[in-house]
Amino acid sequence: MTDTIIAPPKTSTGKSLRTEEMILNMGPQHPSTHGVLRLELVVDGEIVVEVVPHIGYLHRCFEKHCEHMTNYQQVIPYVDRLDYVCAMNNEFAYVVAAERLLKIQVPERVEYIRVIMAELQRIASHLIAVGTYGIDIGAFTPFLYCFRDREKILDLFEMTCGARLLYNYMWIGGLSHDIPTDFVPRAKEFCSYFKAQIRDFNNLLTFNEIFVKRTAHAGILPPEVAVNYACSGPMLRGSGVSWDLRRDDPYSIYNRFEWDVPVGKGERGPVGSCWDRHIVRMREMEQSVRIIEQALAQIPEGDVQSAIPKRIRPNPGEVYARTETPRGELGFYIVSDGTATPYRIKARSPGFVNLSVINEIARGGMIADLVAIIGSIDIVLGEVDR
Amino acid sequence: MEQYLTSLFGDPLWVQILMGVPPLVFILVYTLIVLYLEMKVAAHMQDRVAYMRTGWHGTLQPFADMLKLLQKEDTIPAAADKLLFIIAPYVTFSGTYAAFAALPFGSSFVGSNINIGIFYIVAISSLVVVGLLMAGWASNNKWSLFGALRSAAQIVSYEIPSAFAILGVVMVAGTMSLQELSAAQTGGITHWMILGGTLPLTKKLIAIPLMIVLFLVYYVSSMAEVNRTPFDIPEAESELVQGYNTEYSGMKFAIFYLAEYANLFLVSAIATVLFFGGWASPFASLMTGPWWSAFWFVTKGMLFVFLNIWLRWTLPRLRVDQLMYMSWKVLTPFAFACVLGLGLLLVW
Repeated sequence: MTDTIIAPPKTSTGKSLRTEEMILNMGPQHPSTHGVLRLELVVDGEIVVEVVPHIGYLHRCFEKHCEHMTNYQQVIPYVDRLDYVCAMNNEFAYVVAAERLLKIQVPERVEYIRVIMAELQRIASHLIAVGTYGIDIGAFTPFLYCFRDREKILDLFEMTCGARLLYNYMWIGGLSHDIPTDFVPRAKEFCSYFKAQIRDFNNLLTFNEIFVKRTAHAGILPPEVAVNYACSGPMLRGSGVSWDLRRDDPYSIYNRFEWDVPVGKGERGPVGSCWDRHIVRMREMEQSVRIIEQALAQIPEGDVQSAIPKRIRPNPGEVYARTETPRGELGFYIVSDGTATPYRIKARSPGFVNLSVINEIARGGMIADLVAIIGSIDIVLGEVDR
Repeated sequence: MEQYLTSLFGDPLWVQILMGVPPLVFILVYTLIVLYLEMKVAAHMQDRVAYMRTGWHGTLQPFADMLKLLQKEDTIPAAADKLLFIIAPYVTFSGTYAAFAALPFGSSFVGSNINIGIFYIVAISSLVVVGLLMAGWASNNKWSLFGALRSAAQIVSYEIPSAFAILGVVMVAGTMSLQELSAAQTGGITHWMILGGTLPLTKKLIAIPLMIVLFLVYYVSSMAEVNRTPFDIPEAESELVQGYNTEYSGMKFAIFYLAEYANLFLVSAIATVLFFGGWASPFASLMTGPWWSAFWFVTKGMLFVFLNIWLRWTLPRLRVDQLMYMSWKVLTPFAFACVLGLGLLLVW
């Protein structure tokens, strides 16, 4: 990669000593760029002067694949691989879009199971986010606690559909399998277990003095900037903007449950810091547990495959549907030309949009702050590059 | 031991060489044990079991790791400064090893019983930072250079509070020899420096809080000196990709590790000697004697090593400017105030 788009380093001539800015290449193989992200930094000592992200190392032609090789149903495994740590949420977004295009009403039981799965997946995804964030800041132990708890969620997924990471579980109009009989008691057991774990985790990491010092004054993202860059998810809520698609653009059955949208309040520093984004994720996990508990209590009986269409051939038209994934607004824009293959599928991925703000918030900080900022954006390169 | 060897060989040169062997053996054995300990302690803190396959509960794993490192290809980057790159790990290790010479391992074993022992250790262990700087510079890698510069800045600033803390103890004990310092603390736990040493009771009551603060200052700055979490900024895996030793492999990498773990024991041992009686038994006249004294010294040292491992796997890492803040604006003033207080106490 020689396509340097940064101007050559500036040379400043001081009185007796001459200092020079240095170009530093961070990634694509770097432990805290969370995948194959490459950042080109101009640094003045430890101070970051300029950050230019280079993406595309994980580009897999997702949109082209959807248009050429598949029919509507076969897109779902590709959707799984967009953001591989929250595959259920991706599927959810896609099936909501496809069902709106096909004007399918899915059975109640399917809606409940989808919400439970999506919220469990949100917890699993946030666990990875906060766990790896701990590693970025230098605390290794919380990461393994997170993975221990995530394992329990993956076990639940495995007993439902056999897969642990990429599920192909939500189908257009239904689900691939109904939940097994002991799913509900085990999910309830997980909810009560997990509440205590969140408290432990907060004591160990979130309110740790060093952690607060490192994150509460780093990467300040003011609400105006967040809105201007179209940030979404915890990135936007961390800046104090109460915007959650589950509440503000309701899809599925989220309006039946009682839950709150946590926002960053700047309890330990300015609003919109890395710490605010972290605490938003922690509190969202609590809210997800609340949603899951309510959904588990209300779940009706029924057939999960009754609404699956035999032949998927939507009328010509277009639809844009968006859902709230753990990273923010994931939208699918689907254009149909009346055949069995989608004419065009465009994914609006939250990671890509959230990452674009990095130069704005990392400038002027230190290299250590930059690491904290990348971690707090919580990107998954599979979804950034698609 | 020195007298015994002199009577055996006569020639002082041979005696000096032989006296250097036990610390080296100790470093090698201790490193193997602490590697195992570090992994096992970390694993149990993290709900894991760590290695279980090689030997009983994975006890042979450190040997396997060592053999693996010995067999590895020893690469030198093309753009590296070859001479500096090769000697850097040895400079680092020799700084640490040289400091072991003055450590009193027991009432009858000290490598070299010099009367300015602690001063010598503080001076010679600064050689470590020269090695790190050499390694970072010679690697010709920007990340390594960052690591080296950070480590130089860190060690230089943390030597000041730690020197102040040492000064306080030296003032009370009236000696710089580590052997004499330990000997002065025999006679039970109440004679330990952390509890005011052998000062009269009234003075002791004032000295104890000052000593505790001095101990904390020393312990925190010693953690910074050995580059361990929360002060592992020169290595900072998630920021600098191991910092100064990124480009090292094989035996040279192993030497860096050896130096790091030896350094860890060194600062723990100094903390023991300065504040917790060195090789003195905690029970007045029970369990004394040459072998018991060696036992107490190593046990106390290992306790601090364990404490260090515990902290490492619990705490996040500070940022480089916060580290400097802590050194210059928190630890140094506290240490200075305590030294001042102890000085007034002694002349009063």
